[in-house]
Amino acid sequence: MRQDSSSDIPAPGDRGWRHGLRRGRQPWRPGLRSLSDLEPGESAVVADVCCRGRLGERLLEMGLTPGTQVEVVRHAPFGGPIEVRVRGYLLLLRRCEAENILVESAA
Amino acid sequence: MNPQRETKAINELGKTPQELLIALAGNPNSGKTTFFNQLTGAHQHVGNWPGVTVERKEGTVDILGVRFRIVDLPGIYSLSAYSQEEMIARDFLISGGVDVVVNVVDAANLERNLYLTMQLLELGVPLVIALNMIDEAEKRGQHIDTAKMSRLLGVPVVPTQARAGIGTDRVLAEALELVRQPRKSRPHATRYHPTIEAEITRLEKTLRTAADCPLPSRWLIVKSLEGDEDALNRLAVWAEDGEAARASIESTRRHLETHLGESLETVIADSRYGFIEGLLREVVRFKKAREAITITDRIDAVVLHPWLGIPIFLALVLLTFELTFGLGGLVSGAIEEAVSTLAAHLRAVLPDTPLRSLLLEGVIPGVGGVVVFLPNICILFAAISFLESSGYMARAAFLMDRLMHAMGLHGKSFIPMLMGFGCNVPAIMATRTLESFEDRVLTIMVLPLMSCSARLPIYILFTGVFFGRRAALVIFSLYALGIILAVLSGKLLRRVFFAETSSAFVMELPPYRLPTLKGTALDVWERAWIFLSKAGTVILAASVVVWALGSLPWGVPFGSEQSLAGKLGKLLEPLVAPLGLDWRAAVALLFGIAAKEIVVSTLGILYSAPSHAAERLSTADAVARSFTPLTAYAFMAVSLIYVPCAATIAAIKRETNSWKWTAFTVCYTVCLAYVVGLVIYQVGRVLGVG
Repeated sequence: MRQDSSSDIPAPGDRGWRHGLRRGRQPWRPGLRSLSDLEPGESAVVADVCCRGRLGERLLEMGLTPGTQVEVVRHAPFGGPIEVRVRGYLLLLRRCEAENILVESAA
Repeated sequence: MNPQRETKAINELGKTPQELLIALAGNPNSGKTTFFNQLTGAHQHVGNWPGVTVERKEGTVDILGVRFRIVDLPGIYSLSAYSQEEMIARDFLISGGVDVVVNVVDAANLERNLYLTMQLLELGVPLVIALNMIDEAEKRGQHIDTAKMSRLLGVPVVPTQARAGIGTDRVLAEALELVRQPRKSRPHATRYHPTIEAEITRLEKTLRTAADCPLPSRWLIVKSLEGDEDALNRLAVWAEDGEAARASIESTRRHLETHLGESLETVIADSRYGFIEGLLREVVRFKKAREAITITDRIDAVVLHPWLGIPIFLALVLLTFELTFGLGGLVSGAIEEAVSTLAAHLRAVLPDTPLRSLLLEGVIPGVGGVVVFLPNICILFAAISFLESSGYMARAAFLMDRLMHAMGLHGKSFIPMLMGFGCNVPAIMATRTLESFEDRVLTIMVLPLMSCSARLPIYILFTGVFFGRRAALVIFSLYALGIILAVLSGKLLRRVFFAETSSAFVMELPPYRLPTLKGTALDVWERAWIFLSKAGTVILAASVVVWALGSLPWGVPFGSEQSLAGKLGKLLEPLVAPLGLDWRAAVALLFGIAAKEIVVSTLGILYSAPSHAAERLSTADAVARSFTPLTAYAFMAVSLIYVPCAATIAAIKRETNSWKWTAFTVCYTVCLAYVVGLVIYQVGRVLGVG
């Protein structure tokens, strides 16, 4: 289920962490969570997309760039995909994909 | 058609614009297909892009004294070259053969839709923007200043309502105008971060792409910096020194990432969205506050409810099933009746010649057996088209993805899989709703393991004879066996073929929309035609072959031991013996490739043929004498798994557009059937069953 996700919360040793380091940024700050951890109805702001390649680019294209406001609308039953409102439309993504998106509370 | 070749043809015509090649580009759900249908109506034909499964729709319109050839490109979110669809759309757009690109944009979802527009502007192709579903945007209280938008983007912007046919002709008029006066358009592309812009300018100077390069060097450089392999390869080809170009792109990329502290993909995507946000602030005016709760939200609150969602989905599927196989069955029954009346009539009228035999034993049962499915196909596709274009299919995928992902498949695979229990042919055709090639091929490969209704007569015959009161349980176990094998195969084949491309489930949930009658009718017509022409020709050929095998050399009783089929069966006997089967079973299975219903009728012919005794046994009695419960079960399992029928094979070929995948599916199912049959028989024997 998680073969394509880099991490839920970047911890030293996994890809998300190293990726952040390579880019000279501290990926972990207090208040940073993964999009998959938000409850339905919760809003947040995208802080970082922690994966490269096809998935990373697709997420960016769909508008999940840093600073974008996102709202989790609902979760599919039995741990299925999540529905997110972003840039005025509804986006579906699997939890393992949402784990790559780090968000922080809306300021 | 080769885009390069097309380019030439168009360039020659280019001087006198008698014919213009228009490409429709846009996001999925932007109303692009409605736009296309509205323009071309029935003057369209559907084919495949060369060498791939992606559908190519092309049509013509004659207005303003010009013939417009319109190509509906696959719906794409960007010009990245990851998926097959994106690759095709991009190759077509950059081939240089297109006179004007019409970018269909959903006015009610401008922000995300304009991301593709930004890339098209960067590409520098002659562009007309069709602001589609402008009425929906107005209804949401958004007023869009199209004149200002056109000025800011440097390209014509036309408000349209494709559904009502408003504005579509004006789009073509603008396109024609653009060809007549190309200088009218000066697309304004995104300006990036100053540091990036400086590097782009530097690279443009140092790399010096050849003067005849058909692509703007700026576009190639930006895409290469974004990490686009395909663009980098092209850049290396057109640059003065290919290797140096690669090296300097790589070093620039690293330098910029360190400098900016972000990945370049992020910065570039961010700049494009930044540009869009700025543009929208200029051109969109909110007449009233944004509606807090839309109709879509209200429907979804019920339809995607945590507890109600799945039951509602299953009820809808059941309804579709009921319509397809219940209502469709009534019409099919009538057709079946007509076919058998025709057969009876011919039997009475025709003299006993090979032609009569060919018609009565080959063509009519074979082709008739397929045409009977036509009403089911039409109803099923009307239903699927409705679910798809209303926006419900995306909801179904959302609900079922958890389950299907565990099988290595996609949420959208669920409906085709379920349809497979009715008939594999429409089910395979229904995999069109899956966007990615990998998901489609995987779904198609495991689909034949869904036990279709044509296999039911086999189970009914054998379980009736051998399992008495436990018949239903045995039949259920066969369906379950199929499902289990499908799950295991899905996981296995995903790992073997598409290990590195674990497909993403990142998709838009479109707002609900009422499907148009025209769109649904075109969908149904298209599918019905494909079914009749393609599956029909293959089935005809297959039935003739089966008939020839059964009746040659001329004069022997149909399907007897002396016929070619009998000899073939004898040849196969050593192969099927470890499964506890004899040559007759082998022949029945062989004939069953034409259509699985034939298995039962062949068994009837072969086992009841009185070789020594005068008495003619009923099929059931004959089967009771020749099989044991164990061999019967092995036979049923093999019938379930081995080669899908000819119509299914034809559908697989048509939908994968590849003999390789078709052959693989056939081989895989045969091998799997053999192994399962062997295990059942041998283990059963060791355990002393049967």
